[in-house]
Amino acid sequence: MLKPTDTRNPDHYHRVVDCQWGCPAHTNVPEYIRLIANGQYTESYLLNRKSNIFPGILGRTCDRPCEPVCRRVRLDGEPVAICRLKRVASDLRDDITGFLPTIPEEKNGKRIACIGAGCASLTVANDLLPLGYEVTIFEKLAKPGGLMWTNIPEFRLPAKVLWEEIDYILDMGVDLRLNSPIDSLAALLEEDYDAVFIGSGAPKGKELNLPGRWDSEQIHIGIEWLESVRFGHIDKCGDRVLVIGVGNTAMDCCRTAQRLGASDVKVMARKTKPYFKASPWELEDAIEEQVEILENHSPSRFIIEDGKVVAMEFDLVTWTPGENGRLKAEVHGSKIIECDEVILAIGQDTAFPWIERDIGIDFNKWDMPIVDKTTFMTSVPGVFMGGDAAWGPENIIWGVEHGHQAAISIHAWCEGRPLTDRPPEGMNLISQKMGLHEWSYSNDYDEAQRVKMRHVDLQERFKRLDIEVEEGFDIEQTLTEVERCLNCDIQTHFEADLCIECDACIDICPLDCLTITPNGTEEEVTRRLTAPLLNYPEEPLFISEDLPQTGRIMVKDEDLCIHCGLCAERCPTAAWDMRKSDLLVPYAGLAAGELHPGMSIMDLALNGGAAEGELAGAGAGAEPTGAGAG
Amino acid sequence: MSYIKKPRVHHPGLTRNRLGLTRRDYEGTMSTLCAGCGHDSITAAIIEAFWELEIAPHEVAKTSGIGCSGKTPTYFLKEAHGFNGVHGRMPSITTGAHAANRELVCIGVSGDGDSLSIGMGQFAHVVRRNVDMLYIIENNGVYGLTKGQFSASADVGSTAKRGQVNREHPIDSVLLGLNLGAGFVARSFSGDKEQLVPIIKAGLRHRGFALIDVISPCVTFNDHRGSTKSYQYTRDNYNQLVYADFVPPAEEIATSIEAGDMRSVQMHDGSRIAFRKVPEDYDPTDRDQVYSYIRGRQRAGEVATGLLYVEPAPRNAVDAVDFHGIQGTVDEPLTTYPFEELCPGAEKLEKLQKRFQ
Repeated sequence: MLKPTDTRNPDHYHRVVDCQWGCPAHTNVPEYIRLIANGQYTESYLLNRKSNIFPGILGRTCDRPCEPVCRRVRLDGEPVAICRLKRVASDLRDDITGFLPTIPEEKNGKRIACIGAGCASLTVANDLLPLGYEVTIFEKLAKPGGLMWTNIPEFRLPAKVLWEEIDYILDMGVDLRLNSPIDSLAALLEEDYDAVFIGSGAPKGKELNLPGRWDSEQIHIGIEWLESVRFGHIDKCGDRVLVIGVGNTAMDCCRTAQRLGASDVKVMARKTKPYFKASPWELEDAIEEQVEILENHSPSRFIIEDGKVVAMEFDLVTWTPGENGRLKAEVHGSKIIECDEVILAIGQDTAFPWIERDIGIDFNKWDMPIVDKTTFMTSVPGVFMGGDAAWGPENIIWGVEHGHQAAISIHAWCEGRPLTDRPPEGMNLISQKMGLHEWSYSNDYDEAQRVKMRHVDLQERFKRLDIEVEEGFDIEQTLTEVERCLNCDIQTHFEADLCIECDACIDICPLDCLTITPNGTEEEVTRRLTAPLLNYPEEPLFISEDLPQTGRIMVKDEDLCIHCGLCAERCPTAAWDMRKSDLLVPYAGLAAGELHPGMSIMDLALNGGAAEGELAGAGAGAEPTGAGAG
Repeated sequence: MSYIKKPRVHHPGLTRNRLGLTRRDYEGTMSTLCAGCGHDSITAAIIEAFWELEIAPHEVAKTSGIGCSGKTPTYFLKEAHGFNGVHGRMPSITTGAHAANRELVCIGVSGDGDSLSIGMGQFAHVVRRNVDMLYIIENNGVYGLTKGQFSASADVGSTAKRGQVNREHPIDSVLLGLNLGAGFVARSFSGDKEQLVPIIKAGLRHRGFALIDVISPCVTFNDHRGSTKSYQYTRDNYNQLVYADFVPPAEEIATSIEAGDMRSVQMHDGSRIAFRKVPEDYDPTDRDQVYSYIRGRQRAGEVATGLLYVEPAPRNAVDAVDFHGIQGTVDEPLTTYPFEELCPGAEKLEKLQKRFQ
């Protein structure tokens, strides 16, 4: 017999919101999209910032784990342009400085050291400074930002956007030490810090030790090369460039090379397209810029003449499925491709030469420090780690989430509470019924296809390195795209004791999500459903309590529900209702749903409680901002 | 009703029948009936049955009279022919349509008010004429569209929403149909599609007049304690007398059914109705026995449901001739004949009239 679903557990409804469930930081996507639809860009930005800290940066560069899981993919093949809508909120927001948490004058006496000024450390600082912590960040480079600054070219992420969002955090009072590499963790631990957070990233590009690798100056490591371009140490490159590897760094390298004067850029891939590591949209953008991508070329040697690389030789390979699912290469020839410069972009590693192996931090057999996945603490009490440093390269949004979790741990550590005692998530569930057939949200299914991002003209964009290629959505594009969102957080909430089993909901449901059937084993019940299950158990089933008249159960397959609310409209007894599930996420020093002092007005606005004017005047000492205008 | 239309987007697993149509292709426009109306469930069952029988919507004529039931043909088979006639006159309209084009699949939807009061005469005569149609009575015991007065099917002792007690005797359409000689008589419940869909399918395939009375609770005016047509009352007193499966001509009867439990009745087109779990003393092909059996169940306070009576396919043409057989019309639909052939002209008419002068 299947057990009734406990919808009071925040996890069930959270899982239904695929994007939010897929986002490591649990960004409340549907709510921020509705705010954008409503012209409340500032509120949308602030809601984003609560969970992902860098809406402007992420609205351009996020790896978008939310999009492939978007329900819309399963309905019309294309996800809602969640990431680019985030950028809209960022681009059109007003000044938000008045809505940032106030930093207490009186500190709590705890000092935290962060190593590396990337997204993870900045998140730790963002979460701890409002609680009265003193946070020092040590950065080896001359600028903060980590890979967000050194590795993401300006044609994808304008400097202004980057600095603005980093400054929000720095201006909270970070003690930022630039050009201050940590050479010895032992020495740092000697100093008077209550906790240390290591967010040093994965700064070491992988090597390709083939004959000739060390005989030319024109062979570069991708991430180092991008960093040199960022700092202006490199401002031109050869005419013919080979980029080895086909991940996202390779895409940034080939497109940067185009802008530094190369006219013939080839990306060399060992395998075929399905195995490319780059995100599909980054590949598309590179191809649009006429970068050539060659498959099945496995590099075998560099050809050097007079200390200059002039060509590379590749094995031509085909791949066949070998043992235990791994592909096996078969070489059937070789090819020499001429070039003036080679950029190696085949991955990156963490590097901890500065962590003494005798100070108690345990490393595993791959020489990676062992970090607890829940508490983010290393084997040395009080030393925490997150971001790429902890488990290898991921992306910004993961670094941010690691930062949030590490901050919760650091706060507990400093207060002497057990770290494994994680603050629970919460949920608000509020009916969205406004009238007999009226809901608070746009409940009709919009058949529009995903809006295509406009790009700066091909000739124009190569003129300078800092011309942002993506133009962002205009108002019309925005208004089309927001309507594609299915409002998956507005849940079909069912109260079994009200149901009279009239079948009205089942008959009206456009996606055949609902079934009333006798209870039984999982196998029996799933076989009797109105429509076959396509993505179970990844997409959950809702199982009701026994229905009063016949003792049968209501089953809902959450997989394809478009949240149109017709079940609730056709329900004569309001057994079905559309209720907004608001996931409440805890942060350091803040229980689920709690906000920093002075920030309650923002929350009111997000819940539709405050008029624009109230919000505008809310920030203490801030200029009236006229939030929502624009 | 709702302010939005049912979105066209559908489940990717939706299957197509041999005509290439999905179940969604058999829908009509959005219902404007009250939320939870039994009629909407019957509509869904009709959609399911037509889709499963793979009947092309344009080969169907759907007709109705007045009342909540009169609105329902709009909500299924939007590509079918349709006519919403005056109160109680659906049988005449259907008879006319079927007379003109005997190839049409005719389905008439009526209510207890439309059929058992104002349309009682029409109802009786369409049964007598044995018009080849499926006649569905959506039976809720009240006049829903005029705010819930008792209809002719309300039981003695049942109460209206405000408590008034009904003292007048009900007309039972099933007993009436049996009495008038209907060849196919069934009772079902809007809340039981598992039973209703096969009965609708069999009714559509039955040659001659087929009657299905469907208990269809009125959520707004007749779903309270004291009602004998509520969801709760119907479920509490439900007696599924016989289980009937519809088996199309080419298909084998599912072997899972124990042969001893099962009785198969042949229909004119070679399809069969497989009766299961029939009580030992019950013969669904014996009109008199069925009549008294149902009377007995009613006295016991039960709502006896199922395909209660069916006339087996006639062994000779004299038995059970349908409307066209009685009239001796040609085999081809009259609509396929040119006007000149159907209408002899003024000259011939004058000649004919002269004979009677």
